[in-house]
Amino acid sequence: MKTQRWRITFAKTEAMRFTGHLDLILTWERTFRRSGLPLSYSKGYNPRPVINLAAPLPLGFTSRGEIGDFWLSEECSRASFSNSLDHALPPGLDLLDIEEIPDLHGNKLPSLVESAVYQISLEEPSPAIPARIDQLLASDSVLRSRKGKQYDLRPLIHSLAVLEANGIQSPKLETSLSLLPGATGRPDEVLKALGLDPLQASICRERILLKSLSSEP
Amino acid sequence: MLDATQITSKLNTILPSVKTPGRYTGGEFNQVLKNWDEIEIKLALLFPEIYDLGMSNLGLMILYDLINQSPRYLAERVFLPWTDMESLMRSEGIPLYSLESKKPVADFNILAVSLPYESLYTNFLNALDLAGIPLRSSDRGKPDPLILAGGHATFNPEPVAPFLDAVVIGEGEEVILEILDKLAALPGDASRIDKLNSLVQIDGLYVPEFYQPIYHASGIFSHLEKTNPAAPDTIQKRIVGKLPPPPLKPIVPYIDTVHNRAPLEIMRGCTRGCRFCHAGIVTRPVRERSVEDILAAMEVLIPNTGYSEIGLLSLSSSDYTKIVPLIEAINEHFAGQNINISLPSLRIESVSVDLMDALAGKRRSGFTLAPEAATERLRAIINKPISEGQLLDTARQIYSRGWHTIKLYFMIGHPAERMEDVQAIGDLSKRVLAVGKEEIGNRARVHTSVSTFVPKPHTPFQWVGVASRKEIQEKIDLLQSEIRGKGLKLNWNDPQETHFEAWLSRGDRRLAEVIYKAWENGARFDAWQEHFDFEAWLGAFKAVGLDPADYNTRERGSEEAFPWDHIRTGVKKSFLLQDYQWSKEGKLRPDCRYECFSCGILPTYNDLRQANPGELWLCPEVSRTGKE
Repeated sequence: MKTQRWRITFAKTEAMRFTGHLDLILTWERTFRRSGLPLSYSKGYNPRPVINLAAPLPLGFTSRGEIGDFWLSEECSRASFSNSLDHALPPGLDLLDIEEIPDLHGNKLPSLVESAVYQISLEEPSPAIPARIDQLLASDSVLRSRKGKQYDLRPLIHSLAVLEANGIQSPKLETSLSLLPGATGRPDEVLKALGLDPLQASICRERILLKSLSSEP
Repeated sequence: MLDATQITSKLNTILPSVKTPGRYTGGEFNQVLKNWDEIEIKLALLFPEIYDLGMSNLGLMILYDLINQSPRYLAERVFLPWTDMESLMRSEGIPLYSLESKKPVADFNILAVSLPYESLYTNFLNALDLAGIPLRSSDRGKPDPLILAGGHATFNPEPVAPFLDAVVIGEGEEVILEILDKLAALPGDASRIDKLNSLVQIDGLYVPEFYQPIYHASGIFSHLEKTNPAAPDTIQKRIVGKLPPPPLKPIVPYIDTVHNRAPLEIMRGCTRGCRFCHAGIVTRPVRERSVEDILAAMEVLIPNTGYSEIGLLSLSSSDYTKIVPLIEAINEHFAGQNINISLPSLRIESVSVDLMDALAGKRRSGFTLAPEAATERLRAIINKPISEGQLLDTARQIYSRGWHTIKLYFMIGHPAERMEDVQAIGDLSKRVLAVGKEEIGNRARVHTSVSTFVPKPHTPFQWVGVASRKEIQEKIDLLQSEIRGKGLKLNWNDPQETHFEAWLSRGDRRLAEVIYKAWENGARFDAWQEHFDFEAWLGAFKAVGLDPADYNTRERGSEEAFPWDHIRTGVKKSFLLQDYQWSKEGKLRPDCRYECFSCGILPTYNDLRQANPGELWLCPEVSRTGKE
């Protein structure tokens, strides 16, 4: 029985950056069981908890803005929901925000996802970066291939800029990329297009933009 | 050597490019990370396999829990990297490190390795090499960690003896703390030999370098000569009188492992006496955990871990005396919580089906039955009596209650086995399938798994030779031609792997050189079919000048001394020999919970039995004297 729908915004930090999407769902299920909050389970031969994460985060990235929907089988106050969860969270997951979604059966999160903003911290300073960014943004198309398929990265980049580069400090980049089904821009691909090595950078997803939210001014 | 900070920073750059990087990061829920500088003795617990397998090892989890409960000591986990990670670690100069603090293994005072089975030996050597620790104990000095080992395979420690400083024989729960206390009491500048002289005073500890094996002119093992008068003549395995509280806060991995469940041991030992079974002898006597203790543990395990499954572990679950009341109580306590209970190793009888029926919930995958042999004659030889009628009745129950697949486990290769016994495995598999078709039609499946018999030390079959590879192959060929067609599936072992296991199981100390050479030849992950390299092993035998046949196909004489005779399980060699004679006569030895056959356990552990009276031990009570 679904009686309540909660939307959780959470951080996925260092300790969990190598936990994949399915294992993350399992970690959430275990976190709820530890918390004592009653997740709603599906019917059928193999009941699964009803958990809906907005978009898989690539392995190795951290995030300060993941979103997930969780359905409870019994109603629960906002205070006791966040309190119970806080005590049960494992290292690597932080609660940032919770919101009750009144529409129990409304649109599923993955169908609402539009784009995401990433912050990229580079280990080595590289004075050539601003020029390469300008060049990349000026191109009509940036052909790249991934897993043997060729695609155009350019239309997937909504924005890309240096965030800070004071003197000799290594720069931070911020990029907003499309996260629509079949049109997903990856920040590590952006780095490669800039001639940078993604293994020498740490990438953090700052936020996921949902359709209803991004339509606001 | 790199320190923890340098290791962490190198890991950050290499982990994104390896398979399943979550194996190498640690930091999981319930991990224990202590302040290194405040700890007297630091112990690294090594399971020489990848994380995915090692995290399901109960022994490791028990010791981790126990040691970390002490404020004076710490235990951290170490697993072996998969081959892709190993190459990167070697090229980047990253030593083997612990998951908790990322400290190099060489910085610990003790490296304790778990060796439950023999195919881990080359991995163990590889771990020492990756840690930068000299492989042979004679090459190690004061700054090196002491290398301890334990686990079922170490009931014959000889093949790995030269690599080990000390071996814990039997159950580790009490002895591990005695070891730590002894070492903590020594001055900080104690030499390696001072430490060993101190450890050898502990019951159940075997220090291999205090013994020298002597061989007959024929090359056959004769006896061990002590080189240190303080060392005991024989090493009696350690057991606990009562099962200590189980780990209640097991680490919850962030990635998929082989068993995604909270383990809970309900019983240790087995009274059945299957003659091929090593675990059944080395874990005697049977000690059960009470129903109340099990329920209390489950009550906290779920909120402590969040697992949706609890594995009730033992060698033979349906033999737990109060299994039916236990399952009823579990169903009552945990109804509606979406908790699964797994109950491995069930006997072939309708009660097992009732139990699974009560537990399984709605999902019914496979139901496993292990008759081991397909004819009554052979089942008498191995002492696993079960009538074909009972097997087929149980199969009918299973299919009629919603399971589609029955997995049948058989063993081939015993010297008394005839081709008709092998043929019978095919016939029986088909008869079970026919029963399934009567019950549920074409959905019925039978998966037959055939392993090959490996004679194990300390069992009634320790005198027996292993079948030749040609003979094993002929039997597998017959099964392949018999077990085919819709609804039937066959799995079998490679005869080469069987022989490999047989060498190591009953090897002597000279095999250490073979293991070393095989490792040098590139052998590792021997338990993985894609890595197992038979030629590397044959080459190693050749280089060392030993004949593999001396270790496996040779039938051993009843008067022969064995390289593991000084290791005592509590079960007398004369009892095992009698049981071997009985097997030749096809004579059954009934379940010893109903009648004591004086295997030797009771007089050996008389004091413990007296200190733990009552029904939790399945051996008879001893009240008056030390005699049975």
